[in-house]
Amino acid sequence: MKAITRANWLKSWEFLLFVVFVGVIILNVSLSPFFLGLDNLVNVLQLSVETIMIGLIMTLIIINGEIDLSVAAVMGLCATAFGLLYQNGTPLPLAALLTLGLGLLCGAFNGLWIAYMGLPSLVVTLAGLVGYRGLAYVLLEDKSVTNFPDEFSALGQHNLPGLPIPATLILFAFLFIIFFIVLHYSAFGRYVYVVGNNKTAARFAGVNVRRVKMILFTVSGFMSALAALVYAARVGTVRPNVANGLELDIITIVLLGGVSIFGGSGTLIGVGLSMLTVLSFRNGMTLANISGSVQTSVIGVLLILSVLLPNLFQEVQTRWRQRHYSEQQVQAGKERDVETKQPSDVTP
Amino acid sequence: MNISSFIRRSNMRIEQLRELALLFIIILIVLFFGSQIPRYFTGTTFERVGVNVSIIVVVAVGMTLVVLTRNIDLSVGSTVGLIAFVVGQQLSDHHNLSPVLAVLLAIGIGTLLGMLNGLIVAFGKVPAIVTTLGTLAIYRGLLFAYANSTSIHTQNLPGWIIDLPRVKVLTIGDLNITFLVATAIVIVVIFQLALIYLPSARRLYAIGSDPETALTSGIPQRRLVFFAFTICGALAGLGGFMYLAQIGTITTVAAQGLELEVVAAVVLGGVSTLGGTGRVIGALLGAVLVGIIEQGLVRMQFNEFWKQAIEGLAILIAVVSDSALRTRLRISLSHNQAMPISTETEKAGPTL
Repeated sequence: MKAITRANWLKSWEFLLFVVFVGVIILNVSLSPFFLGLDNLVNVLQLSVETIMIGLIMTLIIINGEIDLSVAAVMGLCATAFGLLYQNGTPLPLAALLTLGLGLLCGAFNGLWIAYMGLPSLVVTLAGLVGYRGLAYVLLEDKSVTNFPDEFSALGQHNLPGLPIPATLILFAFLFIIFFIVLHYSAFGRYVYVVGNNKTAARFAGVNVRRVKMILFTVSGFMSALAALVYAARVGTVRPNVANGLELDIITIVLLGGVSIFGGSGTLIGVGLSMLTVLSFRNGMTLANISGSVQTSVIGVLLILSVLLPNLFQEVQTRWRQRHYSEQQVQAGKERDVETKQPSDVTP
Repeated sequence: MNISSFIRRSNMRIEQLRELALLFIIILIVLFFGSQIPRYFTGTTFERVGVNVSIIVVVAVGMTLVVLTRNIDLSVGSTVGLIAFVVGQQLSDHHNLSPVLAVLLAIGIGTLLGMLNGLIVAFGKVPAIVTTLGTLAIYRGLLFAYANSTSIHTQNLPGWIIDLPRVKVLTIGDLNITFLVATAIVIVVIFQLALIYLPSARRLYAIGSDPETALTSGIPQRRLVFFAFTICGALAGLGGFMYLAQIGTITTVAAQGLELEVVAAVVLGGVSTLGGTGRVIGALLGAVLVGIIEQGLVRMQFNEFWKQAIEGLAILIAVVSDSALRTRLRISLSHNQAMPISTETEKAGPTL
């Protein structure tokens, strides 16, 4: 909570998000009476659990002043590799482990160039976006893998025995808590902010900037692999085009959550609220029979507005302050003139 | 180092060295394919490469202007697709629409879309990556809404546009220069000359090298960034028209992912994403390299699925070699050896 009270306008951003969230819910309820049920909310989250899982690490990466455009491609590659391994007779737990390893490797590969070679993350992960997706196509071409065992699919689709929510959401809640503690209550979390605020100052202050970046990108690969496993379990079919274009949704959610694209500020509370808002909004659009591609369009508008509106707000604020300030200056100047004139008038 | 003394003697710039290296690589690859593929050195091979590359080149010229100012435009793929569809629709409905009007329509819509990008980036101060990632989705969504699950078919288009890709301008030996290739070459020449001689185009380099210095020295930064995005949109519009002429059948996923090929060409050609360096000629060479590799792989009966993976690898190699070359050369070229080594990468941060 400390992180929130620190920056004043951030606090208001989260409040604003909450208001928007409530607005979206009211809108949705007016569209469909079934919206308010807990079932629907669980359903909404369950259907996009991979998006919000990757959103957690993307939050840290953007706060750190970098960006990872390759997450969806890594997820596609991992899902494909997992399907292929399973199809060729690898036991499922081993296949899952190898997939997670592959994700780590992809992430570390990105991180190597960004952290140790000092290359811009935008280009490296853009290359990753093309390259990893390409590898996925090389592995599986235009085929697909289905028929995962029932126990595996049950993990992705059903509730754990005795619990009201699906296993995947429990996994997400667990991850959210871990990321929350790491970002807001650990030394590493502070490093993430410090590096995002000023890389050079952080290095002079003795923060191992390279290691922080390396860890973040490696974890990003791991989370993408985990999301790929969840996807395979939940959907039951794996194709090379899994999660195509998902990075747009993820980055939108993170930026809408009040994380600055320039790094250094943002909280996981904001991102959590933004996850609920964006997903409910999508759900509402589905209820209103708006097609998927138009929904993506609307998400694009949201993405731009989430940065544009605070910018405009700030612009207006500084303009107002400047005018206010200059008026004060003029006022003060007049008073000073009067003060300095008086003695000079008296002397002769 | 031998290279550095060579450069110092010949008074060559780093980007020129890069372009020379790229040309060398292209020749090596052509020789390699020539030794592997029977009847490779024929006019048709290079004609086919030219046809595939010309669209990418036209869009890449616009992208170069944007990348020079330390921005990026990821929405060009959607722009090309949307414009190809809209113009195709108009041409199928009104067969008597004149060719000039069709081209103007394409460029006009492209200009508008580019202006929207530029407006948000330059005047709304939203980072280019966020803006164009957003407009990538928006323009594609517009296409979906406009198309309403129909598509453009070649047989509905007027004859002149179907014949356009086969119109030859010049024939050298058995190598035919088609109209579309000639258009691309003309665009490259015009913009390369503009980038060398036009003062306002030179200022694009200034903005990319150091935005703050550019601002304090009185360069109208916002206006020029806006201008760069507008030109990029206009050229993407022209690219959309060429796409329609060449492909003919346009669906809602037309030109999806084209932006990646364009960025690959630009980055390969030595236009730094950190802004401030690079030339249009380089982007042309980058596009040709990608085109030759793609075509060669097809001829060697490689799986088409390898295309993307190789493109990704090519971008990465380009960026890595770019960075390595720069740091090396900066060290060996600087008279003051005490200069810090990695200032470039340090100040760059996220190139947003």
